[in-house]
Amino acid sequence: MPTRRPPAGADGAGLAPSPDQPSYRDRILTVKLELRGITKRFGSLVANDHIDLVVEDSQVHCLLGENGAGKSTLMNVLYGLYEPSAGEILVDDKPVVFRGPSDAMAAGIGMVHQHFMLVPVFTVAENVALGAESTKAAGFLDLDTTRARIREISKRYGFDVDPDALVEDLPVGVQQRVEIIKALVRNAKVLILDEPTAVLTPQETDELLDIIAELKASGTSIIFISHKLREVKAVADVITVIRRGKVVGDAPPSAAPAELASMMVGRPVSLSLDKAAAQPRETTFSVRELTVAAPSGQKLVDGVTFDIAQGEILAVAGVQGNGQTELTEAVLGLHRHATGSVTLDGKELLGRPVKEVLGAGVGFVPEDRTHDGLVGAFTVAENLVLDLYDRAPFARGLGMRPARVAAQAAEKIAEFDIRTPSADVPASTLSGGNQQKVVMARELSRPLRLFIASQPTRGVDVGSIEFLHRRIIAERDHGTPVMIVSTELDEIMELADRIAVLYRGRLMGIVPGGTPRDTLGLMMAGMTAEEAAVHAGAAPGAADAAAAGPGAVAENTDDGGTRRVASSFGADVEPQDGSTGENHD
Amino acid sequence: MSTATTAPVAPEEAQSVAPIVSWTAPIGLGILAVLGTITFGVFSGTKNAAFGLVDTGREASALAAWLAFAVALVAAAWLGYTWYRESRAGGSAARWVPPALAAAVVVFLLAILGVAGVTVITLSAPVIGWLASIAMLAVAGWSVWLAPRGRKLPRWAVAVFAVAFLVGFLVWIVAGGRDATPYISLAGLLAGAVTLAVPLVFGSLSGVLCERSGIVNIAIEGQLLMGAFSAAVGATVTGSVYAGLIAAAVAGALVSLVLAVVSIKYLVNQIIVGVVLNVLVVGLTNFLFSTLLTANPDGLNKPPHLGSIEIPVLADVPLIGPILFRQSLVGYLMYVAVIVVYVGLFHTRWGLRVRAVGEHPQAADTLGVNVNRTRFWNTILGGAVAGIGGSFFTLVAVDAFSKEMSAGRGYIALAALIFGRWNPIGAFLASLLFGFADNLQSVITIIGSPVPSQFMAMLPYVVTVFAVAGLVGRSRPPAMEGIPYVKG
Repeated sequence: MPTRRPPAGADGAGLAPSPDQPSYRDRILTVKLELRGITKRFGSLVANDHIDLVVEDSQVHCLLGENGAGKSTLMNVLYGLYEPSAGEILVDDKPVVFRGPSDAMAAGIGMVHQHFMLVPVFTVAENVALGAESTKAAGFLDLDTTRARIREISKRYGFDVDPDALVEDLPVGVQQRVEIIKALVRNAKVLILDEPTAVLTPQETDELLDIIAELKASGTSIIFISHKLREVKAVADVITVIRRGKVVGDAPPSAAPAELASMMVGRPVSLSLDKAAAQPRETTFSVRELTVAAPSGQKLVDGVTFDIAQGEILAVAGVQGNGQTELTEAVLGLHRHATGSVTLDGKELLGRPVKEVLGAGVGFVPEDRTHDGLVGAFTVAENLVLDLYDRAPFARGLGMRPARVAAQAAEKIAEFDIRTPSADVPASTLSGGNQQKVVMARELSRPLRLFIASQPTRGVDVGSIEFLHRRIIAERDHGTPVMIVSTELDEIMELADRIAVLYRGRLMGIVPGGTPRDTLGLMMAGMTAEEAAVHAGAAPGAADAAAAGPGAVAENTDDGGTRRVASSFGADVEPQDGSTGENHD
Repeated sequence: MSTATTAPVAPEEAQSVAPIVSWTAPIGLGILAVLGTITFGVFSGTKNAAFGLVDTGREASALAAWLAFAVALVAAAWLGYTWYRESRAGGSAARWVPPALAAAVVVFLLAILGVAGVTVITLSAPVIGWLASIAMLAVAGWSVWLAPRGRKLPRWAVAVFAVAFLVGFLVWIVAGGRDATPYISLAGLLAGAVTLAVPLVFGSLSGVLCERSGIVNIAIEGQLLMGAFSAAVGATVTGSVYAGLIAAAVAGALVSLVLAVVSIKYLVNQIIVGVVLNVLVVGLTNFLFSTLLTANPDGLNKPPHLGSIEIPVLADVPLIGPILFRQSLVGYLMYVAVIVVYVGLFHTRWGLRVRAVGEHPQAADTLGVNVNRTRFWNTILGGAVAGIGGSFFTLVAVDAFSKEMSAGRGYIALAALIFGRWNPIGAFLASLLFGFADNLQSVITIIGSPVPSQFMAMLPYVVTVFAVAGLVGRSRPPAMEGIPYVKG
């Protein structure tokens, strides 16, 4: 349990300067950072358009924007990975030029990338040392110095990281701490966190927020990049919203979510989905004791059993990599090592070729659209008939009927609002969100007996999310059993009639749609539904012992209790609360 | 701070992860053990096989034997004490201690033979055959027993299996000779193996240097051949073997330069470039050989010989003396190169960066390591190393260049690199194994063995297939090998 540590001013001297960079010794301890008129072009695309930004010290400055708004590009410019096409960076009011990440690091800027920049087969110490190695004579590594500094930082912030562990063996949350240690070892005074919560469970997210509070207390500024309103509101001192490469404006953390969302998207968005209650009918889809093994013998899906009725949505929640991918692939027949039983309309699907499974009326949106959902080199029109190209009305005998394919494309492009210059451009040239719409349009355009969608709105802008969600619900109301797999708890809460939680391939339980986030979070970390309910109920704010951490920002909640902000994530920041599912009962 | 310490979640501890059952090792070992038992045990015949410990035509040296005896005794005692102390202290000894101790004990036993004046050991084929078979079957059986429990054989057991197979095989194959008691010189066999392994070791080190940084070097064959050619011409023209060595290194580096520029700057598939380079070098050297070198052999293709340098006394230590202390300059360079590359890769800043660039170039880039520059210089360095290996053909083995004289050894070096798991020491040992098999093949042809020599020649590659299939554990190449790094 961390106690509030004194501001790390005094520690500056304790961070031994690496022999290569004596300038560390001279650096002042806090940094004011300013970006002026930063413009970055890639060819004709303007990723950043005259962006101005001031980051004061000891602040958490959030950059809020949709995927592709240019947040990451901006940070890569700041970190020296890209050279700006125009504009300047000022550190403590002095203009600087970063020719590479080492210049940025020397100026006290550290970055934790969305996809961790850790070498999996290296130990923690090797990863931390890389690029700023302590050496003995003749370039021999001196990892002991690095280990000592990792232990020191680890102790100061309560990280609990073993310097000699192999990074690939560490859970994602710990890997993230290694990234933070990497930056701190280099004396980062401004820490950029790029979508840091994308890979974390709700509980790990809580812990990260504690860490951020500690860092802030010790004088480090944080630039927190996210597209999740909830987190941004919880953690920010200042919010800057970016849309299509431009700064739209600043907002205080107290701003209403709907207001922030409309700033992000550029038009009013309704955040809550008015969803009619499910009217489940006959159960037509059953999975019994489904087990999927990796070639190594490890069980990726372990004895999973569930049913989905016609006219209901079962959402599968879980942290990425807990068997969701394999579960959907096994249903579709993409996995050789699957045992158990999967029946649709009384017919066994397991062991059947994919084509037969599709023929039985299964629509499938894979999680990775660029690899599995589309043929990038094919045109949008061709991608829209990938499943039906070989039958009427798109084919006749051995030939295809281009006019019919084009007509279908025109119809679907209009219906799903796919933004493409024409139906004849390669699908790979579309933006991620539009590629996703192509896949969804294709899979939803034939009569279905079962619809499975993995990460249906990943990388899709807020406005389109709403549209795609409505389509999914329309499919449900049409009487199709729907299975949604998502790592975004927001999406799960939004769509689910029932929620199944997977942890290490095992089903932790199936709970009703309105189950509180705390409970779901605990299930995602390996508790059964009953344990999680007891635990979340007994101690408000769940792993609340951890609460009352020093940096925790207190906030009043509806029930009058004072809860840590991280816990209040689950409850009351957004307009709709835990009772989403029952809105219309 | 963490939920694991405060709440009864503790998912990691509570979950029992299903053990990973792998049958690769038991099946592989089982097949080898059964085959071994049938051949070495059942078909062992009744003859004896004799092994000479001292080079034919040399006197056994008592001084060298005593010296080896003393050194091995001290080394074994010290290593044993280190091991004991570490395990008493609750830790485990450094990874190199047990194998080093085993090596010291083997040397010690050999020295005893030398001190006792034994120069020939005669072994009974059926006795040794059956002992080896039992050892192999025992290890294979243990492995079968461990597999369903999700456990793997300890490394020493794999080593025991390998030694039993090797000894059983050697005794069986020699006993099959046409004499009543067939004889081979073990000293000559090993020394020849090391000699044949020299170009392989340099080639595989070149591969280690390139591939650890993420560049696939298929062009080892071309670098060896170009090195051989340049060494011959350079040494002949200047009259100095050292100039020949330098010419070989430069030539190898030039071949690498093409690989580096085309694959790093122009992002051409590295395997294709490598194959093309090999064909190009064959064509180029053939052309130059038939036009220039054949026209003026005395002026261009008569390099001075790089003789072996003998270190007095030490060279007379039984068996290992000739291997370690009676080598050509290139042979000594080989040992130095293995050690330098190993220490460099795993214990220096340079090595850490090289490995990072091969595993996760983006991570290295974000920490200020210049990925493509590192790859470029490593590829050049690798080419130079392979070039020096090529000089062995023309300066040490044969005193003239001839067409395609590298004869595919560059590809064998690639196999050694994979067998050796991209590790300089592993690559060295794998190269030695291939050199040993190569030499054994010619030796048993002389004594007249029942096995056609072509089958003998295949053996190391069969072993490689087993090894790469997972018998010696996971063989994992650098993650970003062959994938060009483009920023942004």
